[in-house]
Amino acid sequence: MSTNIPALRLTSITKRFGPLTANDTISFDVNQGEVIALLGENGAGKTTLMNILFGHYVADEGSVEVFGQTLPPGDPKAALAAGVGMVHQHFTLADNMTVLDNIALGTQSLFRPRLDRAAAKAKIAGLAQDFGLSVKPDALVADLSVGERQRVEILKALYRDARVLILDEPTAVLTPTETDALFKTLKLLVAKGLSIIFISHKLHEVMAASDRVLVLRAGKLSGERRTVDTNRRELAELMVGREITPPAVPAVPRGRVLFELSGVSTVRQAHGTPLKQANLILHGGQITGVAGVSGNGQAALAGLVAGTETPSAGTVTVNGNAISGWSPRAALAAGIARVPEDRHSQGAVADMSVMENVIAEHYRDARFSRSGLLDWAAARKFTQSIIEDYNVKCPSPDARIRLLSGGNMQKLILGRALDPDPSVILANQPSRGLDVGAVAYVHQKLLEARSRGAAILLISEDLEELLALSDRIVVISEGHLSRPSARGELTVRQIGEMMAGHEAA
Amino acid sequence: MRLEPKPASSLAASILYPLGALLATFVIAGLLVMAAGANPISVFGLVLKGAAGSQFAILETLTRATPLIFTGLAVAVAFRAKLWNIGAEAQLYIGATVTVILGTGALPLPAIVLIPLLMLAALLCGALLLAGPAWLKIRFGVDEVVTTLLLNFIVLLFVSMLLEGVLKDPMSLGWPQSAKVITEAQLPRIIAGKRLHYGFVIAVALAIALWFVMKKTVLGYEMRAVGHNAGAARFLGMPVNGIVMKTALLSGGIAALGGFSEVAGLKGNLTLDLSPGFGYTGIVVAMLAMLNPIGVIFSAIFVAGIFVGAAAMSRAAGVPSYIADVIVATSLLTMVTAIMLSRYRIRWR
Ligand SMILES: Nc1ncnc2c1ncn2[C@@H]1O[C@H](COP(=O)(O)OP(=O)(O)OP(=O)(O)O)[C@@H](O)[C@H]1O
Ligand SMILES: [Mg+2]
Repeated sequence: MSTNIPALRLTSITKRFGPLTANDTISFDVNQGEVIALLGENGAGKTTLMNILFGHYVADEGSVEVFGQTLPPGDPKAALAAGVGMVHQHFTLADNMTVLDNIALGTQSLFRPRLDRAAAKAKIAGLAQDFGLSVKPDALVADLSVGERQRVEILKALYRDARVLILDEPTAVLTPTETDALFKTLKLLVAKGLSIIFISHKLHEVMAASDRVLVLRAGKLSGERRTVDTNRRELAELMVGREITPPAVPAVPRGRVLFELSGVSTVRQAHGTPLKQANLILHGGQITGVAGVSGNGQAALAGLVAGTETPSAGTVTVNGNAISGWSPRAALAAGIARVPEDRHSQGAVADMSVMENVIAEHYRDARFSRSGLLDWAAARKFTQSIIEDYNVKCPSPDARIRLLSGGNMQKLILGRALDPDPSVILANQPSRGLDVGAVAYVHQKLLEARSRGAAILLISEDLEELLALSDRIVVISEGHLSRPSARGELTVRQIGEMMAGHEAA
Repeated sequence: MRLEPKPASSLAASILYPLGALLATFVIAGLLVMAAGANPISVFGLVLKGAAGSQFAILETLTRATPLIFTGLAVAVAFRAKLWNIGAEAQLYIGATVTVILGTGALPLPAIVLIPLLMLAALLCGALLLAGPAWLKIRFGVDEVVTTLLLNFIVLLFVSMLLEGVLKDPMSLGWPQSAKVITEAQLPRIIAGKRLHYGFVIAVALAIALWFVMKKTVLGYEMRAVGHNAGAARFLGMPVNGIVMKTALLSGGIAALGGFSEVAGLKGNLTLDLSPGFGYTGIVVAMLAMLNPIGVIFSAIFVAGIFVGAAAMSRAAGVPSYIADVIVATSLLTMVTAIMLSRYRIRWR
């Protein structure tokens, strides 16, 4: 094969959803052994483009070529056969099957239903060894962590001899350590001649791991840079068309105690570590950041604030009242705003409309219902105001929320949570999957709430975010909460050590 | 071929797709009629004539549709919240049983008091019958498909026991049937001398009321949210267990009203063949209506018309009236397909 044929060539791809042009005459090449980072605001059309590439969607115009051969549109099987592998934004593994079965699923002829397990296992072991993708082939996927699942997804693609690998926001759900490991793996893959396209909103990753950057804006290819020739500022500007300045953190006087955990333990749930004897005080006008490797008790902590978890020992005090009969409803009634970690299974009912989702936490209030009757006119007005205030890109308040891009869904959830001025705010991974502009916006909204005197609990895996916003930081490790330290008291390095389970000296 | 989700379904689509489904049904059923050696055009003509060709036919169809509206509504309400009530048959029989227990002279009251009282009693007993499976589902996660289905057999045997025992009409010459309800317990006929009774009016009014409940009330909104994603509904602060229970009470009560209506409006007494499977057909009716209460009125009339018309056709043309089952079953399949097509766009190429 001659080396000047690009691994992948997209020629003027256009995709419309009704009046919306999600991809507008996009053309580019990907060379063999190249890592491309695809950047763009939420809703810019990145996922749509990758879905066309992989055959999930059919483009209205344009064509995709892999090693010089045009792919038949809308045929993921043909894409797979041509060597295109995709790891989706939301994973597509069968939970009730083993890792081995998931990887080998669909690779065998129907007429030979007995899988040659030994051979499959050997091949997986070889790939895992070569590329640093350690997995337990006989484990059930349901029991795996997010990072492990992603390794399985990548193995699945490699098992089918992928030569072009597409990763849609692979690092959004990974811990920093897992992210580092992923990028090491990608380096090894490129060394073997694979080409890689990955989508990310984290500019430092883009700078560290890519050879070339493509920027999408409102469906159009708005810029293309060699990574060595650009910087984070320029990329951010290409993406959103203006300079992004992180919001200033004003000085706010510390308010009274609005939320308190004293000696709180929880029982073990299906996933994650329970809390052990946790103490935590949230003051009004302060952001308390929680740092930690995911799975160390963050879910239990968030659940206690959100009302989905009840303490098995110790007391939770909200606004000076010790709680009893804690539930999501009680938490809402106590003025707690919740931005959950998982937008799809908790934050929204995906198949209901934007409007129905926006009123979901407060439909019982007098402003939306009277004597059991809903006031849809008021709901629509409120929804429209959130769409405008938060600059949400969505076709109409009646569209199903499932169709919104991740970032736009997050803005709606934030708008919903912050509306009746809450006294306590749980922000669990609030900027996960958001573009730089949206992140700045979410941060600004949280800081505004802080200025109004709200007590904010910010749980995040992004240390940069934590250090930028938090008045105080606590570290969570194996269900234990550390004593809080004030802004600037700890270095990144010290926090890292505490996250690994060592108390700071 | 690929499926792509559509943003929101339009009004035109919500009318055109069901019509297309209907057309497809008759094409497929027509092929079967041809296979049976008859001319599909004339057979369908006879079915139509038998279902709607005369005042008698129309009244007969509406009479047959009445219990199907009740059971269809009961299923539509439950399925909307993903409560799989397969037990409308049992709830209907309980409603009928209560009507004969209280309506055969035990309560000597004027009609204006007695009829609402009987309706209330039927409603309560039907509601209680579904409350059991709902409670087991909420408390222990017991699958309500199994419990409600099994209750159908239990209740039918229970009714059979009553009809052979305490409820048996001494004048019945040994047949397992109850005594007739008193005149004050009977629903009047809409047209004197014809079989269509005020149960039909009650059913239609109920459908309109339920449409309002689903669209405009807090309860309807909660039921839809729980049906789509109970986990998210719980996180968002909705009392999911309470909503499931309210749904069960509503659904069971509605189905039992169907039993009341059949006894008080049409049959007068209780027998073991009061319902030829109205509870099960209600599932088809609800699905055909895409769980829309107003749609249930039309799908119940459609299904009833097919059965009534096919019976008449079979007498005239000699094609077995089983063709009615085929048409109804086919229409269910085409309708389910149409629902899918109204939500997703197919991309060829
Ligand atoms: N099936 C669909 N029907 C209608 N509109 C759609 C559909 N899929 C996506 N869209 C719209 O197309 C636009 C692009 O969506 P896409 O998911 O590609 O964005 P994205 O760049 O991946 O965003 P994010 O960074 O938030 O993941 C959005 O406005 C979205 O609402
Ligand atoms: Mg995306």
